[in-house]
Amino acid sequence: MTTYIIRRILLMIPTLLLVTVLVFLIVRLLPGDAVETIIGQYTPLTQGDRAAVKHELGLDRPWWKQYGDFVGGALHGDFGKSLQSQQPISKDLKNRLPVSFELGALAIIISIIIAIPIGVLAAIRQDSILDQIARSSSIAMLAIPSFWLGTMINVYPNTWFNWAPPTYVPFREDPMGNLWFFFIPAAVLGVGLAGAVMRLTRAQMLEVLRQDYIRTAWAKGLRERSVVIRHAMKNAMIPVLTLVALEVPIVVGGAIVVETIFSVPGMGFYLVTAANTHDYPELQAVTLLLALVVVVSNLLVDVAYAYLDPRIRYS
Amino acid sequence: MADVLLFPQTAPAEAPQRSHGWMRGVLRFARRKPAGALGALCIIVTLVCALGADMQVITGFQSHAQLLAPHFYDAQNLHNRLQGPSWAHPMGTDRLGRDQLSQIIYGARVSIIIGLSSVLIASVLAALIGVVSGYVGGTLDLVTQRIVDGWIAFPPIVLLIAGVQVAKAYVGQGGVSQTFAVILVLGILLAAGTSRVIRGAAIAVKNEQYIEAARAMGATDSWIVLRYVLPNVMAVVIVLATVGLGTAILAEATISFLGFGVPPPFPSWGRMLSADGLLYMRKDPWLAFWPGFAIFIAVYGFNMFGDALRDVLDPRMRGR
Repeated sequence: MTTYIIRRILLMIPTLLLVTVLVFLIVRLLPGDAVETIIGQYTPLTQGDRAAVKHELGLDRPWWKQYGDFVGGALHGDFGKSLQSQQPISKDLKNRLPVSFELGALAIIISIIIAIPIGVLAAIRQDSILDQIARSSSIAMLAIPSFWLGTMINVYPNTWFNWAPPTYVPFREDPMGNLWFFFIPAAVLGVGLAGAVMRLTRAQMLEVLRQDYIRTAWAKGLRERSVVIRHAMKNAMIPVLTLVALEVPIVVGGAIVVETIFSVPGMGFYLVTAANTHDYPELQAVTLLLALVVVVSNLLVDVAYAYLDPRIRYS
Repeated sequence: MADVLLFPQTAPAEAPQRSHGWMRGVLRFARRKPAGALGALCIIVTLVCALGADMQVITGFQSHAQLLAPHFYDAQNLHNRLQGPSWAHPMGTDRLGRDQLSQIIYGARVSIIIGLSSVLIASVLAALIGVVSGYVGGTLDLVTQRIVDGWIAFPPIVLLIAGVQVAKAYVGQGGVSQTFAVILVLGILLAAGTSRVIRGAAIAVKNEQYIEAARAMGATDSWIVLRYVLPNVMAVVIVLATVGLGTAILAEATISFLGFGVPPPFPSWGRMLSADGLLYMRKDPWLAFWPGFAIFIAVYGFNMFGDALRDVLDPRMRGR
């Protein structure tokens, strides 16, 4: 197991390097001029001023040195200063990462609570009305744009009942208010995730329920509940767990949209603001961090999978 | 069920009498996969809207007369701002007095153009990378797959936002070139995941006996790839392209919603919902409904149809 983990981590290094190169390239290729962003487009500048600002930002150095600084800084958790606020970006990220994490975790929990029971029920009552409804609604869930759902929640209760979604409060100040605030965006995000999880749960359960050891369990005269939960679900859940973890990139992407709609002060909102104000150091830091989250979660999936299914370790 | 009730519309009832081969095929598909047929119906509705919004596409840009859409998408009438549904404007009007129904119908054209072109780019790119990487194998495969790993690691929306900004700088700022930038980035992004699946299929085909037989008869690698591997992974490519169309339409709508996608005045379903219109939506709530519903219909259609197509084209999935 240890060898497997080490091998898997070593395989992660080239991916991570590639990610940093990509982020670095994208930000260098972006249109506009960092100097103009700081000083403002309309302030008259001499060549000397321009060179001074460039020097201060380190933009006059060769690209490989800039790349080295970027990676070296990132390894120390130093992402430079924001062009807009002149504050260290790492401070912003430290405040915003937990917010997005809470949103993502709640969304995944909500999706599991919706998807797994319905998926299992649909499988044990295959082709029943419930199964038909579950199957078509799972595809429908995948097709509902989260920003549509979010916008409707922002619009309809407001026009009909004069009710608006709550505003953000930190967890430390008001735990219940904080959870209630997160519930709506997390549910919007969770519904989108639930579709895929439900489909896979159903497919896996159908597969497992056809196995010989399930027939044996029935033949032993076990009750349905124990056949389904103790014998079938345990084996059907492995791929489902993988899917849940593989959804991290979707959660990250979805969080960008949902955070924008409900004004959640997280990473996604930060990214959209940075892209709108052309704040490249911020954009660079957030992109790198979000990609890192995805790479690490993929690693965790593989390790968990190898732990649950020993055949993988030895292949 | 609704699927069954809607099904006659996809295949006319008089078809069985003088049924041609393909008619019978369509009928059989509809009977076996009612959900897939419903998806096909959604696709047909979207395509009809895209082609027939006005006479431009049908007459080869000879005529600009309106056809399905009652008004031009950017026709403003400030006296008629934020009207609720009426006979003149079945879906109401927006903050500039533009007819919503017309915008939705023209929006189908924008979505379909972006969806089809980006999926075309993605499919060609993915087939090339996937087949070569899978067929050649060895070091090339290892290196290519690590690159694909990094490619997939990026949350797609993040890369879309950043990528469209970059592409815009090199393609130009105008409306058409900005739309082109969206297509390009979407195509490249969609290719990553697709190429992984195609690679898997190519490896499976590579180990088949008929490849060995071809090689024994002295076939060259390029001949084997073109004659045997590519045709055999084509089913996978088609299925992924169908589902990819739904993904592309949804992704375009998402970044347009965030303000990084298709620029005005082109009607984009995503931008019609964007947050700066929230105040107007609260005045005229229908504004918040129809664009999202249109996205839903298109994406649902491609997902459902692609799903059914997978079952039909992939023999291993038959009977499930």
